[in-house]
Amino acid sequence: MSVLEMRDVVMEYRLREGLRTTRLRAVDKVSFELPPGRTIALVGQSGSGKSTIAKLLMQLERPTSGSILVDGEPMQYRGARAAAYRKAVQMVFQDPFGSLNPYHTIGHHLARPVKLHHPDFSREQVADRVAELLRRVRLDEDYVGRKPHELSGGQRQRVAIARALAPEPAILVADEPVSMLDVSIRLGVLNLLAALQREENLGVLYITHDLATARHFSDEIMVLYHGAVVEHGPADDVILNPQHEYTQLLAEAAPAPERRLAELGH
Amino acid sequence: MTLKLGVGLGIAGVIVLFGVIGPLVVGNPSTVRDMGLTGPGNGFLLGTTQTGQDVFAQLAYATRGSLIIGVVVGALTLLLSSFFGIVGAFVGGWADEAFSLFTNIMLVIPGLPLVILISSYVPNKSIWLVAAVLAITSWAGSARVLRGFTLSVRSRDYVLAAKISGEKRWRILFVEILPNLIPLLASQVVFAVIFAILGEAGLSFLGLGASGSFTWGTMLFYAQNGLALRLGAWWWFAPPGLAIALFGAALSLINFSIDEIINPKLRSQTRAERNKWSVKA
Ligand SMILES: Nc1ncnc2c1ncn2[C@@H]1O[C@H](COP(=O)(O)OP(=O)(O)OP(=O)(O)O)[C@@H](O)[C@H]1O
Ligand SMILES: [Mg+2]
Repeated sequence: MSVLEMRDVVMEYRLREGLRTTRLRAVDKVSFELPPGRTIALVGQSGSGKSTIAKLLMQLERPTSGSILVDGEPMQYRGARAAAYRKAVQMVFQDPFGSLNPYHTIGHHLARPVKLHHPDFSREQVADRVAELLRRVRLDEDYVGRKPHELSGGQRQRVAIARALAPEPAILVADEPVSMLDVSIRLGVLNLLAALQREENLGVLYITHDLATARHFSDEIMVLYHGAVVEHGPADDVILNPQHEYTQLLAEAAPAPERRLAELGH
Repeated sequence: MTLKLGVGLGIAGVIVLFGVIGPLVVGNPSTVRDMGLTGPGNGFLLGTTQTGQDVFAQLAYATRGSLIIGVVVGALTLLLSSFFGIVGAFVGGWADEAFSLFTNIMLVIPGLPLVILISSYVPNKSIWLVAAVLAITSWAGSARVLRGFTLSVRSRDYVLAAKISGEKRWRILFVEILPNLIPLLASQVVFAVIFAILGEAGLSFLGLGASGSFTWGTMLFYAQNGLALRLGAWWWFAPPGLAIALFGAALSLINFSIDEIINPKLRSQTRAERNKWSVKA
């Protein structure tokens, strides 16, 4: 798999209020293309539909209309091609406290996707691969036996990243991966993601509120407003020369990205 | 292990042991003798009934009977409420709608009148039938609690993550969701057991219980019929009454401890501690 593309995707939620049903258009004719090795930042205010786009890409929701194309062919929801797709596209969730099962060890969280990806692996091979994944996210190997509640937020998010890398994906969707973390460790996690992205030539959809990190870590920025993409272009262009009112507002609110980054690095 | 859990398990354990081993060592509880209403001692540990039956032997058999009711109802409640609560919420869609409609109907059917109705239609009830009737009228509440919790667990990110990594549905249910429900399930079952034993005692006391078998409730019923209270034969009605109270208290203690395990906030938050904290802050 190489290219993921959304074409005129619309997602409407049906809301029931008593007997009446109303429709809420969470995603409104969104089109973009995510090639390997490229990072696209998806920026927008709360409720603008960012997570819904992530869910559509993860097959947790189906679009109301429009199409999602994988290498130019419509996405399959069943069968062998769907299984291949699920391995190729992985996700890092926003909340590191909710994305790990409190009942299971770190080892379980990493071993399951490894086993699903390599059903033929022996127990030792799975353990080796789990240890390697932990090393890749700069965690000590003896974290395998620990439970999530024994880890800090940053460590949990590293585990979540390792889990996403386990099936050797081509594309990573990161839904506000650092917004729940302490400011002091955000940059560390983002740098780790950027390093992994380069090493594996991943295509990354980086969902965020933060224009400063969006500019620093992404090639393109896509601005979402009420479900529709109102601005899409190279990162510097969008920040320095915003066209849409809403982007201008955002850019003003974060006037000096360099300073924000310096703050984060503190 | 907390003190509460220890005391609860201790009392419940003694009673269960007595119910299991007791009937094997005591004599026939129904043997009628020519020595009615003798007090404790005189060769009978807990005295005799009006017709000279050994109260201690009856208590042993009654303990076994009440425990059987508790276990059967606990198991049936676990099965029914898990099926209609957890599976419905997990599958979602029309299955959930249908299951929760059925649960709600069972919930609003008043239990006691239904039990009385069934009891009056079936003259010779075994202890198993009574247990089944109690279970059928009591699982719905648990099912609702379980459904609510399953719905919340089902939409947690770790379940979505398992789905994304391509886990099979049954594996998501049994490996990712169910373990997180175990404390809740345990507390529901313990509650069902308390309900069943008390419910059976109530039914038997009203004369609607199992016929021809001993339970704590039937013992109280016969004691009441034999005017034990008025004749001052405390050794006849006190043991089964005390057994019910002790076992109920023990299970409640266990239940509280499980609640504290589920919700650690309950454990250390006494009012005094909260106040101390707010003074400091
Ligand atoms: N399952 C759902 N049912 C109904 N409406 C939903 C559902 N999920 C999301 N929505 C609605 O869709 C809209 C977009 O939600 P979404 O979660 O994609 O926003 P977001 O951009 O990710 O916001 P945030 O930055 O706060 O995470 C919101 O108005 C939300 O209320
Ligand atoms: Mg979101």
